[in-house]
Amino acid sequence: MENLNDLLNGFYVALSFKNVGFMIIGVLLGIVVGVLPGLGGPNGVAILLPLTFGMEPVSAIILLSSLYWGALFGGAITSILFNIPGEAWSVATTFDGYPMAQQGRAAEALTAAFTASFIGAVAGVILITFVAPLIASFALKFGPAEYFAVFFLTFCSFIGLGKDNRSKILVSLCLGFLLAAVGLDSVSGELRMTFDNPQLLRGFDFLVVVIGLFGVSEILVTMEEGLAFKGKRAAIDLKVVLKTWAGLPKYWLTLVRSAVVGLWMGVTPGGAIAASFMGYGLAKRFSPKGNKFGTGEIEGVLAPETAAHAAGTAALLPMLALGIPGSATAAVLLGGLLIWGLQPGPLLFVEQKSFVWGLIASMYLGNIVGLIIVLATVPLFAAILRIPFSVVAPIILIICAIGAYTVRNSGFDIGQMVIFGIIGYIFKKLDYPIAPLVLAIVLGDRTEASFRQAILGYEGSLSVFWSNGLVGSLMVIALLLLFWPIVTEQITAFRRRLAGAPSGS
Amino acid sequence: MDIRGLTLVVSACALGMCGTAFAAWEPTKPIEIIVPFAPGGASDQMARAIQGAITKNNLTKAPVVVVNKPAAAGGEAMLEIKAAKGDAHKLLTTSSGLYMTPLSSKLPVSWRDFTPVALLAQDEFLLWTYNDAPYKTAGDLLAAAKSGQNIRIGGAGSKREDNLITWALGDESAAKITYIPYAGGGPTSVQLAGKHIEASTGNPSEEVASWRAGNARPLCLLSPKRMAYKEKITDTAAWSDIPTCGEQGIKFTYNMLRGMFMPGGVSNEQRDFYVDLFKKVQETAEWKEYLARNALLPDFRSGASFVEFLTADEQRHKDLMDKAGFLAK
Repeated sequence: MENLNDLLNGFYVALSFKNVGFMIIGVLLGIVVGVLPGLGGPNGVAILLPLTFGMEPVSAIILLSSLYWGALFGGAITSILFNIPGEAWSVATTFDGYPMAQQGRAAEALTAAFTASFIGAVAGVILITFVAPLIASFALKFGPAEYFAVFFLTFCSFIGLGKDNRSKILVSLCLGFLLAAVGLDSVSGELRMTFDNPQLLRGFDFLVVVIGLFGVSEILVTMEEGLAFKGKRAAIDLKVVLKTWAGLPKYWLTLVRSAVVGLWMGVTPGGAIAASFMGYGLAKRFSPKGNKFGTGEIEGVLAPETAAHAAGTAALLPMLALGIPGSATAAVLLGGLLIWGLQPGPLLFVEQKSFVWGLIASMYLGNIVGLIIVLATVPLFAAILRIPFSVVAPIILIICAIGAYTVRNSGFDIGQMVIFGIIGYIFKKLDYPIAPLVLAIVLGDRTEASFRQAILGYEGSLSVFWSNGLVGSLMVIALLLLFWPIVTEQITAFRRRLAGAPSGS
Repeated sequence: MDIRGLTLVVSACALGMCGTAFAAWEPTKPIEIIVPFAPGGASDQMARAIQGAITKNNLTKAPVVVVNKPAAAGGEAMLEIKAAKGDAHKLLTTSSGLYMTPLSSKLPVSWRDFTPVALLAQDEFLLWTYNDAPYKTAGDLLAAAKSGQNIRIGGAGSKREDNLITWALGDESAAKITYIPYAGGGPTSVQLAGKHIEASTGNPSEEVASWRAGNARPLCLLSPKRMAYKEKITDTAAWSDIPTCGEQGIKFTYNMLRGMFMPGGVSNEQRDFYVDLFKKVQETAEWKEYLARNALLPDFRSGASFVEFLTADEQRHKDLMDKAGFLAK
């Protein structure tokens, strides 16, 4: 196979002494960047970009993409230890990761998260290796109606498969949509709900909201419960890694399902965020232990991490093949490609073979290097939980504040973070779920824009959502998932009636 | 300069004569180039090309940093520059959004709040369609619209350049055209390649990859004159081979400034430092390569000629936007 030959050449390029060195440096920097909320992958890549101007393109992209992998791994650390997701797709990881850490199983949760990320990422790279051109042309089939259908699917699966009170999910979701609408409306070009306040022009940034809703509110709740940090007896032993690994094979179905969902969502515009929520939601519905999700179930960590990373990696494919960045980091990398004198687009695979395949090979190697490095640090990070809460809490708060500030270099955002911390606290006290609000803030804007674009292009007719097989089936699956509880209820009732009919008559 | 000459300069500086003797201001901390759009877009690429040209050729001692402030179609970045009065370490890259964003959103900001530094180039706009579309000229496309077909032209954002061009084409030919606003030039290009729209009004940099790959092709150039780049981009065509829309009977033309501004309240010496810096940037191989790659129209102006250009260009936008109904009420 020609692809395999190219890949071997790629390994030859990526495995040079210099490039492996860049890989290790990149991953280490990435972990640091990923651990600090607010800094995140895109900023890390943007900061490092100017340093690479004088480098060979292959070395430069290996350094930067390794930083990206490192940041992806690092993002899970704060989600699990402190309930602060560093990136949007780490939100679902907190649902079970944080309870695990509280039960003293932080090391197990970290190992599971890292391993799942690795599996997801490798699944993504394999996809890129073998079916790049095919997938690229599939991505072209997505117009506004299809975009909307994918987002709709995500929201529906969240409501339909959730086990919390559905009306509370809806309230939380609607609040999120409302907040997402603040700022410039991309379809009419007008400002909405900014009340002439220049600070509101930018709308609500997801990261600031999340740092408040999750991180700050968690500290408030813990303070109320008497300053006890529950992760004290965290085992800090490398053996945990092996023990956790031994338990993973029995979750193969969850891993495969999440990887497939992730790959699909990564190539379509749904992206890593939607993928992580769907991966989690599907695992919750179809796992035998589904009703225990949210209380510290390892499957609840595996499912979203695998899906997010499969999607995150697969999202690089449209960038390489079409020149559209699938994520913010990909967008910065894209800028880098241009500066190094490469033109992204379908011809990149033809004209810059050694570059593309060097990059693909470095995806395999970078993830292996990343996994080894992060696993080695598991005991170190798990040990953080042994420090008394009264010492750690102020430090977390400071890190939160720095994170919120860094997002846009604005002091206003720190105030915003505190307010969302209080809102999060109230949500928790009243038992409202926070995740739907976050999901709506992240995807709300794009969902609305694609809905209106689709309608505009179809002369105002709603039938656009049934106008071809692709969008039609997406919408049907979405509605099916939305009404899933009612559907299953009806089916069981029907069966009971069938079974009961003979004896009754 | 021999050792004695050097000693002389050093001792002159030691005596505090540096400033007066050389009459030159120099940045004392990193220079921040603020890009009012997202990373990866055309403005961002220009800023990063400048950053690369300055860094590689050591044109300043101070490092150059690129910061993206994409919120509110550039409004956030413009308000920040307005607030940074007197800060000579901040620069703003601009496009037509300089007038269009405040006019369409009523934001309390105008280019008159800033210090104009230099016009670096003008960007071109073309009318594109997907490769196997039936339209051979802009006239074919407009005729299809007039015959009642649903013709959709996509572009970046609402009430901005692409929207204005689409409106002008429809207005001139009395054809009904639907404009679809996407998040940016990149997504628009992909939507065109996927045939979700019939045409787009992208810059060369936004569509060149799609053109080379055979996904899209240009119908005409919205500039008064053909482009000068004669190097083949696809197997058969160069930028200079693309006819102007004027050759196809359309009167409307459009070009977009790509310029640099500083906050208001800076001294003339500080401004001159940057004018001089950008003159040097214009000479670098990196900049020339950037112009050619993105098929920009070279057009360097500073001082009075730049201000004259801005005044006329703003008035033109105001008139067009008024007719199109884009002005904020």
